[in-house]
Amino acid sequence: MEGVDNMNPIKKNSKVISKIIIYLILLVASVSFLLPFIWLVRSSFMDIGQIFILPPEWIPRPFRWQNYPEALTAVPFGRYALNTITILIFVEAGVIITSTMSAFAFSRLRWKGRDKIFSVLLTSLMVPYVVTLIPTFLLWKALGGINTFLPLTVPAWFGGGMFNVFLLRQFFLTIPYELDEAAYLDGATPLQVLWKVIIPLSKPAILTVAIFTFMSVWNDLLGPIVYLNDPDKYTLAVGLATFVGMYTGQWNYLMAASTVMILPPIILFFIGQKFFVQGITLTGLKG
Amino acid sequence: MRKLELKWGIILALPAILGFLIWNLGPMIASFVIGFTDWSVAGSPEFIGLANYKEIFFDDFIAKKSIIVTLYFAGGSVIVSMVTAFLAALLLNRKIRALPLFRTIFFLPSIVPAIANAVVWLWLFNPDFGLLNYILEIFGLSRLQWIYDEHQVIPSLIMMSAWGMGYTMMIFLAGLQGIPQQLYEAVAIDGGNWWHKFRHVTIPMMTPTIFFNLVMGLISSFQAFAQPYLMTNGGPNYASMLYCYYIYQNAFQYGRMGYASALSTILFIMILVLTLLIFKTSSYWVYYEGGRGR
Repeated sequence: MEGVDNMNPIKKNSKVISKIIIYLILLVASVSFLLPFIWLVRSSFMDIGQIFILPPEWIPRPFRWQNYPEALTAVPFGRYALNTITILIFVEAGVIITSTMSAFAFSRLRWKGRDKIFSVLLTSLMVPYVVTLIPTFLLWKALGGINTFLPLTVPAWFGGGMFNVFLLRQFFLTIPYELDEAAYLDGATPLQVLWKVIIPLSKPAILTVAIFTFMSVWNDLLGPIVYLNDPDKYTLAVGLATFVGMYTGQWNYLMAASTVMILPPIILFFIGQKFFVQGITLTGLKG
Repeated sequence: MRKLELKWGIILALPAILGFLIWNLGPMIASFVIGFTDWSVAGSPEFIGLANYKEIFFDDFIAKKSIIVTLYFAGGSVIVSMVTAFLAALLLNRKIRALPLFRTIFFLPSIVPAIANAVVWLWLFNPDFGLLNYILEIFGLSRLQWIYDEHQVIPSLIMMSAWGMGYTMMIFLAGLQGIPQQLYEAVAIDGGNWWHKFRHVTIPMMTPTIFFNLVMGLISSFQAFAQPYLMTNGGPNYASMLYCYYIYQNAFQYGRMGYASALSTILFIMILVLTLLIFKTSSYWVYYEGGRGR
């Protein structure tokens, strides 16, 4: 067989051309996917006068970084951030602890009815949030939970969502069962196996769940809108939504506040990129 | 050992099982029952039989419009997002330089919080000072009203959702990378070109992934809420009255808990029927290589 170097020149040429075309497409697509971000950031540093100039200018002049402190003090964003972080801590703890427990029970322990129960629980993935929202709201109202963080945090302690259980279970299934057996032979209890064998090996998957959970709490809009009506209790998402209503037309402030809102997920993505990609891959492997 | 496993299995799975009963099954049954009442924020609820459903199907033109608009949006955004994501994944699945960079660029929009997303796109869609109209003008096209026009609002929102197709693309990319290279080599040996490879290896091998993305995409696009809530208020002329937003309005702005529950029962049935249809037809088009799975 001939080496690759001796490839026929016409074929080689067409290879180069197709490479160029692919990079060209990638470049154009990348620019169009980045454009909203560029538009956002440039607007966030602009003077309100410059923002309305047509054709649009791309370099802020003057460079108004003050938009940020001004936008963030116009409404109590600090308070909103604190509320969001409080909710985040309780949800993260609940999700990580209970979804790890459940995933362990559904993958590493053999008990009667296990797989049947698991597939029944999985159907909850198909139930939209709004479908259960009204009765759940009425329940919390009867319990006096409106305007507290309870409706937004307590449900996380009940398995942490089947999506997370599913993701962790998929990961746990890849760990060789011999490890559990060896531990059991040494007299370990199931809890010890979970704690000493499974969890140390599953840190990437657990971290993935933590990242996904962060994103969903950070992005959640409907839950806080429905359950929190005292402005002191608002989360960042709701705070920003009311800010939009109050400062219509003040695009530079709105863009500054939105940039601040976008930054944490993006930073988290760059830190946890590896786990993130792994986690998505894991869920997509088998539907 | 068996007894021990049973005991701990049930104890450890208990939160998830209870969670299913308390936060899913219970509320769903309750929602179904409340749908037959006139439950409102004030006053005591009474059973009114099928009156809510009668109103939805015969008197409430907004509800009907909302169903049509939601199907239009869900269908459109699933198709457009999936095609975009699939093309992007195909591009990225070649030996290209700076793959992580391009992957990140295409993925980033999908982690932008809904609220920030809405603010940015409101500003992009702005008919007078927005970037999109400026770009149209550069190409000599006429300006659009985007989300401020009855006929343009849903296509605009579909375009916006295609921007956030990152997750879908990542799942496609993972699927593409899982296709065994020997299959392509076999086609090449038989004298097949890129189209044969695509048509007879890529597509069949990707059907399980397409199936997964289709179901997940459909379920999530039926739940779109932020766009009408933050950007359009369901307008103009109810043209973007997405169903979840209409449920929200009835329950939490008009206080009609009973009516909103009937609406959400219909939403659940719609999603259920569509998902079942996709599952039923899947045996005709989804290809599973020799009984994988446990």
